[in-house]
Amino acid sequence: MAPIIEVDHLSKRYAGGTTALDDVSLTIEAGEILALLGPNGAGKTTLISIICGLVTPTQGTVRVGGHDIATDWRAARRMIGLVPQEIALEPFETVANSVRFTRGLYGAPPDEAHLEQVLRSLALWDKRDAPTRALSGGMKRRVLIAKALSHKPQVLFLDEPTAGVDVQLRREMWQVVRELRRSGVTIILTTHYLEEAEEMADRIGVIDRGKLLLVRPKDQLMGEFGRKQLTVELDAPLSALPEGWEGRGITLSADGRSLEYDYDARADRTGIGRLLAELGRLDLGVRDVATRQSSLEEVFMALLAGEQGTGGQGDAR
Amino acid sequence: MSWRSVRTIYLHEMARFFRTIWQSLASPVLSTVLYFVVFGAAIGGRIQAVEGVPYGAFIVPGLMMLTVLQQSVANASFGIFFPKFSGTIYEYLVAPAGWVEVMLGFVGAAASKAILIALVILLTSFFFVGMHVAHPFWMLAFLVLTATGFSLLGFILGLWAKNFEQLQIVPMMVITPLVFLGGAFYSASMLPPFWEQVARLNPVLYLVSGFRWSFFGIADVPVGVSLGAVALMILVLLAAIRWIFLTGWRLRE
Repeated sequence: MAPIIEVDHLSKRYAGGTTALDDVSLTIEAGEILALLGPNGAGKTTLISIICGLVTPTQGTVRVGGHDIATDWRAARRMIGLVPQEIALEPFETVANSVRFTRGLYGAPPDEAHLEQVLRSLALWDKRDAPTRALSGGMKRRVLIAKALSHKPQVLFLDEPTAGVDVQLRREMWQVVRELRRSGVTIILTTHYLEEAEEMADRIGVIDRGKLLLVRPKDQLMGEFGRKQLTVELDAPLSALPEGWEGRGITLSADGRSLEYDYDARADRTGIGRLLAELGRLDLGVRDVATRQSSLEEVFMALLAGEQGTGGQGDAR
Repeated sequence: MSWRSVRTIYLHEMARFFRTIWQSLASPVLSTVLYFVVFGAAIGGRIQAVEGVPYGAFIVPGLMMLTVLQQSVANASFGIFFPKFSGTIYEYLVAPAGWVEVMLGFVGAAASKAILIALVILLTSFFFVGMHVAHPFWMLAFLVLTATGFSLLGFILGLWAKNFEQLQIVPMMVITPLVFLGGAFYSASMLPPFWEQVARLNPVLYLVSGFRWSFFGIADVPVGVSLGAVALMILVLLAAIRWIFLTGWRLRE
């Protein structure tokens, strides 16, 4: 399948000298959800702002659906919807009129059926005649999504869509995003919430200090960088690790009652069988066994730590 | 070029005007009545006539011009400044609408509002003075051109302004003095020769003069020069707006 977005050697240096993006290249497939992760100031918002036309790049090119955003910007922008990070709505406008306005701004003819479908899908239909200033923060954010969907975009950018919203609303948002993907919309979201990326994304891109460190399918990223950990609770405490166990990724807890073993779940031999057999041979009783997968947060922190150690050699595939 | 985008912005801006229609109309009409009372009745009683035109009628074009200039600048500058202030400007920048569509929508609406208010003032003035418009077509032409020119100026002001203070300082410090010194309430020929030459450096003089000619057939400067001045102003301002949007000055980072 042809990529719907092609970012090629994109850089942005602000007048003050700050490099917000440094030679970023990226392709995004149609119909996928890509999550861009990175700390504050990493360049996530700059990247999507350039693609959407809010920021002018210093160098590099971007194509959306094959249309260059500089030379064929009208066609490129018709394909895009943007939900900005900050809630920005005209306070005296009603929900329905606000969505109608955005559709008209994109040059699309009125379509009341589509308006109703969008507002119903975002649970805003009952509020269609309410002024936006009367809505809760979560509803305002949904109005922004409705506006971004008003002209039936093929690509939707969500810049920190759940920043500052409560847990229940966040989960509702995730449901909305999943339904959008099911309808064929390509979604690019930036987020601070690693749980959000882990929950929704097909692929994850990690940005730090303007560089795209890597882009991987989520499962591959977790497998590649995530470790699994086996915890064995013992019947009786140990005073020290048995002889010869050092250097095998096995640690003894401070109270001596549990062993923790880090292993690569994708390896042919994980070493779990050997460890359990050795415990039996040493007659060490096992009370309980549990495994735990590294969270995306741990993967992310490990990646950033590695990046800072290696001086910024990325692998953005 | 998307006319639907232009129409959307235009109607959106006009809806704001009609939401507060009475406030929008009451203030300029009240001001006009006060001008008639002060300048027309109190001072006009002593001046009698200017170049054969009763003073009360003589100031009508100037009053309309004063309102058109103030309303055009205020409406256009606030129209584009408000989305910047509220953050909704991003919508205009990410939409497939170019500078022409955005400019036509905002400037068209601002000029329409100013023209509407000017016509209400003209109707109001008929209650105070007896007069007729000598060249109705040219009166409307000057009205439209002037409203367009100063709406373009207001649009640039709104793009430039970073806060409400900046938004108000130019109309207060530049536009109003230019109108008062541009012959709104007197003929340039009534000034001493030196100040008459200084007054001719004021672009508003050409607008008021041309507009007054459309009413009474008298002018401080040739009508062709007035038309040329307003046309030149529109062209220069259009070029400036094009430059602002293409470079992203105060709009894009």
